[in-house]
Amino acid sequence: MFDYTFRWNQALRSLPQMLEGALVTLEIAVLSMIIGLAIAVCLTVFRLTGNVLLSGFARTWIEIARNTPALFQIYMAHFGLGSLGIHLNPYAALLAGIAFNNAGYLSENFRGALKPIPDTQMRAGRSLGMTWLQSFRLIVMPQMLRVAFLPATNQMIWAILMTSLGVTVGMNTDLAGITQELNARSFRTFELFAIAAVIYYLIAKFVTLAARMVAWRMFRY
Amino acid sequence: MFETALTANDLAFLAKGAGMTLMVTFVSVAAGTLFGILFGVLRNQLGPIWSVPLTFVLDVFRSVPLLIQLVLGNAFQAIAKMGWEPFTTSCVILSLYTAAYCTEIVRGAIDAVPPTTRRAARSLGLTWRQDMVYIVAPLATRVALPSWIGLTLGVMKDSSLVLWLGLIELLRASQILVTRLQEPLFILMICGAIYFLISFPIARFGGYLERRWSPDDRN
Repeated sequence: MFDYTFRWNQALRSLPQMLEGALVTLEIAVLSMIIGLAIAVCLTVFRLTGNVLLSGFARTWIEIARNTPALFQIYMAHFGLGSLGIHLNPYAALLAGIAFNNAGYLSENFRGALKPIPDTQMRAGRSLGMTWLQSFRLIVMPQMLRVAFLPATNQMIWAILMTSLGVTVGMNTDLAGITQELNARSFRTFELFAIAAVIYYLIAKFVTLAARMVAWRMFRY
Repeated sequence: MFETALTANDLAFLAKGAGMTLMVTFVSVAAGTLFGILFGVLRNQLGPIWSVPLTFVLDVFRSVPLLIQLVLGNAFQAIAKMGWEPFTTSCVILSLYTAAYCTEIVRGAIDAVPPTTRRAARSLGLTWRQDMVYIVAPLATRVALPSWIGLTLGVMKDSSLVLWLGLIELLRASQILVTRLQEPLFILMICGAIYFLISFPIARFGGYLERRWSPDDRN
C-alpha cells in the first residue's frame, strides 16, 4: 500500500522558515483581533443608540459577516475592492477579510454579553450626570468585555485558523503560504503540511492556555 | 447604467456550483452527525480519563485549519494509493471536521440532562438503551438542535475551502466566471448573495429555536 518514502529530514530543514511564517500568522491574527474588537465595540454602540441608520448599518455588517464564508470575505477584499480601484496586497486583503469577520462575530458575542446587564445601570449612570458614552464606557463596557472574554478567545483561535486562507489570494509569508511555496518547490506535500499542522495546533493550544491564564489573573474576585 | 456580460448560462453554472456546495455539505453533515453522536455518547460513557485519546484526536481536527486538513487528507490518499476523487476526499475530511464539533455539542447536550432524571428512569426499570432513547434523546435534542444548526451552517460556509482540491463549488464557480468576465465585484456579490440566502433564514430559524427552547422562559 505504501511505496512512498517519507523524507522528514528534508522537510524539517525548512522548519526555521516555517516558524518565521508562524510569527507572521500570529501577527495577522493579533492585528485582526485588535481591529475586529475596536470595530465590534463601535457596532455594538451603533446598535444600542437606537438610530435606525446606525443600527441598520451594524446589523447589515454583522449578518453579512456571519452568513457568508470567511474565504468569500477575503476574496471580496482582494478581488472585489480591486475593481473599485482599491488594490490591496494579499497581506492587507487577508487582514481586512479576517478583521471584517471578527468584528461581526465579536459584536454578536457582545450582544449576548449585554443581556444580563440591566439597563437600569445605564440610567443610574445618566442620572449621576455622566454622558451616554461615559456610562457605556465606564459602567457597561467593562462588564460586557468580562463576559465576552471567553467567546473572544474562541474567536482568536478562529482568526488564527482563518489566516491559512491567505494562501488562496497569493499570500506567501504566513505559515500556510510558506508551506505552499516550499511544497511547490519540493513536492513533499504530506511532510510539509503535517509539520504546518503541528505548528498550527501548538499555536492554538498556546493561545488557549495564555487566555486562560489571563482570565485567571484578571477575572477572579 | 449597468452592463454585464453575465448570461443565463453563467447563472446556471453558478447554480450548479451552489448545488455542489449543498451536496458536499449534506454528505459531510450527515456522516459527521452520525459519528458525532457516536463519539459523543462514547465520550460520555468512557468518562473523562478513558476518553482522552478520542478527545485529543477530535481536538486536533478543531485546532488545525481546515485548508491544511484538506491538503493533508488529499496527500495522504495519494500516498496510500486509495485513488479517491476530490469529492470523496473533501467529504471525508469535512465529515471528520463536522464530527469533531458535533461530538462537543452531543456531549454537552447529554451532560445537560439532569442525572436525577436519568437515575429515576433507571430505577423505574428502564435499561440503559431505553434510558438513552426515551429520556436522554428527546431532552438532549432540545439542547443540541440550535447549536447543531449553527454547526451545519458553519460547515456549509467552510465547504468553500474544498475549492483548493479542485472541486467546482459555488465560490470556485464564481472565481472561474470572474476570470472569464472580469467583473469581480458583481459576480462575487451574486455569489455572496447566494450564500447569504441559504444561510440567513436557517440561522434565523436556529436563533428562534434557541429562544423558544431556552430552559429559562425569560424570552
